[in-house]
Amino acid sequence: MQRLTSSLKYVSKFYKLDQLRPLIIQICSASTDLNFHKSVPPKDAGETKEMNLVQSLSHTMDIAMERDPSMIVFGEDVAFGGVFRCTLGLRDKYGKDRVFNTPLSEQGIIAFGIGVAAGGSTAMAEIQFADYIFPGFDQIVNEASKFRYRSGGQFDCGKLVVRAPYGAVGHGAHYHSQSPEAYFAHTAGLKVVIPRGPLQAKGLLLSSFADDNPVFFFEPKRLYRAATDMIPIGDWRIPLGEAEVVRQGRDVTLVAWGRQLHTMLDAADMARDQLDVECEVIDLQTILPWDTETIFKSVRSTGRLIISHEAPLTGGFAGEIASTVQEACFLSLEAPIQRVCGWDTPFPHIQEPVYMPDRLRCFEAIKKVIADS
Amino acid sequence: MSRFLVNHLSAMSRLCRVTVLRPLLTPSTTQVRFQTTDIKHRDRLIQKELGIARYVGMKTVYSADIETCTVVPNHTPLPVYQVLDNEGCVHDTDQLSLSNQEVLDIYKQMVTLTLMDKLLYDAQRHGRISFYMACTGEEAIHFGSSAGLSHEDMVYAQYREAGVLMYRGFSPEECMNQCTGNVLDLGKARQMPVHYGSRKLNYQHISSPLGTQIPQAPGTAYAFKLQGANKCVCVFFGDGSASEGDCHAAMNFATTLQCPVLFFCRNNGYAISTPATEQYAGDGIAMRAIGYGMEAVRVDGNDLFAVYNAVKHYRERAVTENAPFLIEAMTYRVGHHSTSDDWKAYRYENEVHELGLNSCPVKRVKLFLIKQGLWTSEEDEDFIQQTRSTLIQTLEKAERQPKPGLDSLFTDVYDKIPSNLIDQRNEITNHIRKYPNEYPKHYQ
Repeated sequence: MQRLTSSLKYVSKFYKLDQLRPLIIQICSASTDLNFHKSVPPKDAGETKEMNLVQSLSHTMDIAMERDPSMIVFGEDVAFGGVFRCTLGLRDKYGKDRVFNTPLSEQGIIAFGIGVAAGGSTAMAEIQFADYIFPGFDQIVNEASKFRYRSGGQFDCGKLVVRAPYGAVGHGAHYHSQSPEAYFAHTAGLKVVIPRGPLQAKGLLLSSFADDNPVFFFEPKRLYRAATDMIPIGDWRIPLGEAEVVRQGRDVTLVAWGRQLHTMLDAADMARDQLDVECEVIDLQTILPWDTETIFKSVRSTGRLIISHEAPLTGGFAGEIASTVQEACFLSLEAPIQRVCGWDTPFPHIQEPVYMPDRLRCFEAIKKVIADS
Repeated sequence: MSRFLVNHLSAMSRLCRVTVLRPLLTPSTTQVRFQTTDIKHRDRLIQKELGIARYVGMKTVYSADIETCTVVPNHTPLPVYQVLDNEGCVHDTDQLSLSNQEVLDIYKQMVTLTLMDKLLYDAQRHGRISFYMACTGEEAIHFGSSAGLSHEDMVYAQYREAGVLMYRGFSPEECMNQCTGNVLDLGKARQMPVHYGSRKLNYQHISSPLGTQIPQAPGTAYAFKLQGANKCVCVFFGDGSASEGDCHAAMNFATTLQCPVLFFCRNNGYAISTPATEQYAGDGIAMRAIGYGMEAVRVDGNDLFAVYNAVKHYRERAVTENAPFLIEAMTYRVGHHSTSDDWKAYRYENEVHELGLNSCPVKRVKLFLIKQGLWTSEEDEDFIQQTRSTLIQTLEKAERQPKPGLDSLFTDVYDKIPSNLIDQRNEITNHIRKYPNEYPKHYQ
């Protein structure tokens, strides 16, 4: 089953997704498989075009590069389009001075980006996989995040955006699957953003370029070519620091981000169909600084909260949300807050289906918070 | 000539191009010998050629002789470029490129820096400031490099280059505002003493982690290149920092991406207590440049004129050629690493005298000025006395300035203060109101 999913994904690089979708849906029925919930752009968003996540990202970078002549795009293998093809066509359009490969050094890529931003230009650095961002950790934690603060606001590297694919793909094992957002969420001065699909990628990435702080933009790579949204082709943005209530509901608040949001929507569907329980599903979108008010408002109304992410339970961002919510909404809570997360193990290979916080585990958590209250 | 020697010399000629400073150095026999050897080496290769060897980014020949394919370490270390010796004599007056007035002005600043170092070091010992790092013995590096750069060039310094900033116009008063952490500190009293920085003077704020700014420098230089700004970046680091992975990334990025940057290594012999002999096994830092396809020069770091000439020369080339260069300035850290260190625990006094004090860069310039009839011992004593008393008053004034209020704890984390920080600021404000006598007065 796993192998089949992987092969399909590989094949989907070469064939139109629409041709494969019926087959994928028919074959991939396991609880960990992706069931993408499409987003609809607002009516006033203007002209739209259907795009997958990869297309949406390159389209957004194209808009940003056209508007900002100082913007450069760089990283490992980005010149020919990147291993996921997110930068495809940019070099042809903007030249080799603005779109280029760097030597293979994540430490060097992030540092170079900080330097470019500090030199007054816009830096879009791509890290090939979020799993490989750690050689750059010192640059992120000790440099990018403190650049403005330590200089009393005299210098900053706010024009730096770092993109990196993150998360499970079905066969990525330890080093092509991790969700490192919590490490960065522990560092004041950074912004951490994760879109749940092509539409949000457009809106959030454009805002990230406009934002005057270093932004770490993690892309759910499982979704790169898995699904499409209708994307507004103009300057359409989603503000950073705001969560989105994706689905309203009166009984349980479900919070997630990125690919996991779709799993939560699956669980919400199951709860509605099987338990007659209405879940309010919230996409956090910006992990740091995060939108506490939207979550508080929802929890005060539902009295129950479940947070889910692929990253391991201990020290994960769900713990931060749970702790903040119980402090602010203690008297509204009708059941203990639940976290449905990856286990406290390295991200596995063959064991991925039992590692993942799948729709069934999320569904069980919903049953638990309903039964507990 | 023995086979070993030929091989050794040819390897050297491949590795260290002594022609680097051609405009500065008069032709020497060494240079001619290397060129001759280079030709011999090539002839040997051609004789043994087995065919063209092609690889990605490389075209060379095959050889059946393993020795011709072998690179040997440099047994004869790269020489050190010097203009001004310990006695204040200039080897070749043609290489004197600073005017008398410039030398005198720089000398006065060098003396001011040494006096400020002594005063702030003592101030730390008396508990008046929390920490200090003196530059003693490295003053020529600061002023020589700063004079060789354009004021528009961006500097990423480590923590022992206060003179670079001073030359650009940063006053002792501004240094002391920073060291005492008062309300006038440009960095809003957020960092430990000696972590200076100035936007106006194109001098990035000091960052304590070693080496982190080395790979940022090529980034800034690349931005300048694309902006057509006609300026370069100069990044300073020590022989210890050169061991960090950052340094490798920096040089590799700078050469592959053709960034106008000067890598300036202050090789002062020690990383806290670890001597250079335990820091690297090769011939210093300069030789590493060859591996990255970059030119390098080794200069006497205690020689104001040598440092100036090298920086001025490479600064122009960096900007016109859009290329990085490495300058290794050989010096000696006369003082402790910092006020938290005691050098007597790991080195002998006679070493400090022999390698440091005897080759004092400030004394060299003073002797030069006296020899030239531009300065007298009496004028020197008067200047020292006057400057010292001004500095003492400046420090007292800086200490009297108030400390920053609570706001500076929460601002500048982001461009705009987010709601969680507003909440936290309110929380600590209310808490201090509750316990007004338990916290420093300036928070009231």
